[in-house]
Amino acid sequence: MTQHPISTMSVARAIATKDLRIEWRSKVLVNQVLPFAGIVMVLFAFALDNDGILQRVAPGLVWLAVLFSSLIIVQRTFAIESADNALDAIKVAGVSSAGVFLGKAVALVVQLLLFECVLVLLSLVLYQVHLSWGGAVLLVTVSFLANIGIAAMGALYGGLGAAAKGRETLLPLLLLPAVAPVLIAATRATESAFGVSGATLGEGWPWVALLAVFGALFTFGGTLAFGVLTEE
Amino acid sequence: MSSVDEAVRLHNAVVLLGSFPALAEASLVVKKGEIVLISGANGAGKTTLLRLCAGLVPLARGEATVLGFNLSTQRREAQAHVGILGHANGLYLDLTAQENLQFWGAIVGASTREIALSGERMGLHTRLLGTTVAKMSAGQRRRTALATLIIRRASLWLLDEPHAGLDAAGRDEIDNILREATSAGATVIVASHELERAGALATRRIEVVGGAIVERGAQ
Repeated sequence: MTQHPISTMSVARAIATKDLRIEWRSKVLVNQVLPFAGIVMVLFAFALDNDGILQRVAPGLVWLAVLFSSLIIVQRTFAIESADNALDAIKVAGVSSAGVFLGKAVALVVQLLLFECVLVLLSLVLYQVHLSWGGAVLLVTVSFLANIGIAAMGALYGGLGAAAKGRETLLPLLLLPAVAPVLIAATRATESAFGVSGATLGEGWPWVALLAVFGALFTFGGTLAFGVLTEE
Repeated sequence: MSSVDEAVRLHNAVVLLGSFPALAEASLVVKKGEIVLISGANGAGKTTLLRLCAGLVPLARGEATVLGFNLSTQRREAQAHVGILGHANGLYLDLTAQENLQFWGAIVGASTREIALSGERMGLHTRLLGTTVAKMSAGQRRRTALATLIIRRASLWLLDEPHAGLDAAGRDEIDNILREATSAGATVIVASHELERAGALATRRIEVVGGAIVERGAQ
């Protein structure tokens, strides 16, 4: 009466598929997170009611809206684990914690990518920024790599806070400082993609390289640390 | 009795919840194949004892061995052979029963046939399998949770009030499943307030009193 050995990647696939299926069914991203982000973007537009300023700061506003909204997405990702205490069952199942971490991170990346598509379109309309084809390619690359960094840190700290008291306030305190480097690099690269603040397309790609480094480091560190941090 | 015959061995085990000793120098030996009933008042430490055996709470002092694995140093190895069903069912409320079973099957590498059989064993017929867990009754959720334990093929079953919320047929079915599991070599530890029902199932009873374990003998 023993379990069959199962690979980390198989665990990750099962976790990611399950998370995305739950999201597809519950529609929290569409019904709650997107409206929240939309309202934040509109409020930014009201607060900085000046086309010149709005265009200049649009990249930062987009990524701030992404970060604030990612808090809700990460909390939701771990709320489904604690709603009926499934996290305990997973821990006891003795499955690879690296697999659980990677599965959670992959599901977050997919959700964030879909979410950002809408947010970028909204920013083009609200903030009247111009996006060339070259800029679009740069922006897609930036979004993908930045999401890896945000998702990795989100999965790590979301898992850490899942069983903690006051997790709703703990997560922002842990996650926002950790992803500050991603915010800076993604904002600079997006300035190049939007062509604002005098930035050219070529200046964006070194930031992309930095995002790739952050993504790799955060994912590697999270894979190692997730099991240790969530064990207790 | 050699350690090979033991599913659980605790010696002066202390578990702290904050600074409160939920288990205070508890000692216990459970042989493989036994069905042990844990009784005791609310807050006595029954659930903590189960969670210790599942490696979900750290051992502050003493010794704890589960299925030959030292919980202080080989917790994950032990957990791979343990299944726990607590007050919560460990299910995903937005998924159907079938999707929950498939998820657990994927997590532990169970075959499609094993998944289907687990559902059959717990009386999860086609219509119920397609029902979202959030829309199920307490008893139906319990059956689904037990089906996931069957998929897990655990060697040590730790059950906290397994009969709660079940109708008479469901209770009988659980008793049958637990007896079959022990026949196949598994060990079962059940915490319950329903002494008559669980006592008839158990081969032995222990009582947790203020974090300590008191032997109540064979049933």
